[in-house]
Amino acid sequence: MNNQISTIGSNIQTTQSIAIAVSVSLFLYILYLVRKKKIKEEYSLLWLSSSIVFIVFSIWRDGLEYFAKLVGIAYAPAALFLILVLAIFLILIEFSIIISQLSDKTKLLAQEMALLKNEIEKLKTRKQTDDPVAGNDLKDVEPVNDPAE
Amino acid sequence: MKNNILIIVPAFNEAENISQVIHRLYDENCDWDILVVNDASTDNTSELARATGKVTAVIDLPFNLGIGGCVQTGFRYARDNGYDYALQFDGDGQHSAEEIRKLLDLVISGEADVAIGSRFREKHEGFKSSVYRRVGIRIFEWFSFMLIRQRITDHTSGFRAYNKKAICFLTDYYPDDYPEPEVVILLGRNNFTIQETFTQMHERQGGVSSIPLTKGPYYMIKVMLAMFMASIRSKVYTHE
Repeated sequence: MNNQISTIGSNIQTTQSIAIAVSVSLFLYILYLVRKKKIKEEYSLLWLSSSIVFIVFSIWRDGLEYFAKLVGIAYAPAALFLILVLAIFLILIEFSIIISQLSDKTKLLAQEMALLKNEIEKLKTRKQTDDPVAGNDLKDVEPVNDPAE
Repeated sequence: MKNNILIIVPAFNEAENISQVIHRLYDENCDWDILVVNDASTDNTSELARATGKVTAVIDLPFNLGIGGCVQTGFRYARDNGYDYALQFDGDGQHSAEEIRKLLDLVISGEADVAIGSRFREKHEGFKSSVYRRVGIRIFEWFSFMLIRQRITDHTSGFRAYNKKAICFLTDYYPDDYPEPEVVILLGRNNFTIQETFTQMHERQGGVSSIPLTKGPYYMIKVMLAMFMASIRSKVYTHE
């Protein structure tokens, strides 16, 4: 069993094809969600771009090595984690922004709704005192002068 | 609307006090309108307020917004209905209606855009607070002086009068988390003049405070952080 795992682990070809398969399906899944309108386009941009980054690095292995050397990371796969964490950070910050905007909008809606409800109540009571016969809305309308007369 | 002054009474589960508070406000003077903003109370605060027959309107929020969103609703109402002055008067009965004039005079005379009723301005016997709490108040005073260069002794007081300029500004920018101290910073930062005057505060007559001042240092740190955040926000208001 142990032997088997180490054989699979050492097979870089297998790892790479799994990585490519996973990142491509991630990308396609997000596209599918956008197509089905389960995610709005504007919120999918960060997801799409980070899954593209994953695809690029899973195909272009030297690229990861190159990037790791560039930022001074000795162990190349750690660079992948760095990129992953940064991408998740960005997406989460984006979410915080969206949540804040949504809660502001919800608050405004609640306030406006409460004020409008009050206005309607006021109008209703005024109408009742003006015209005690309920349901006779049309009688309130001024008769239009008929040009035929 | 019959007057140009609006008393905003934010109320959350204040069934025990609300009627008495409204009667006091009404009996004190008739040249102001009373608005109760019910922050989705689970008791019959709203019905009791209506039953007094002395309020101009009772606004029922569809869900609990917290004291910030609740008071802001009052400002929105004041702005939309063209009131010249607004006064926040808590629904728990800890403010005295006789002292409203003192605050209103400060804004009506034009001395200040905002007047705050402070428990700590002068020596008094109305409200006994613990040493522990007083230390907290001192720290707040120093902290906000660093941020806005105005001496404010009572940041948590919810007894405040506002002129039209402040009403319109706060309708759009009233903070949510710890609104009382944050408003002080926000107004100071945007060059509004704030004046304090001593007012007595009664111990709460019932109900549960919406501002848990007893939660101690943790609360203080959170509030100071919120005040600091309010101070680093860019200026949003330009006075003509």
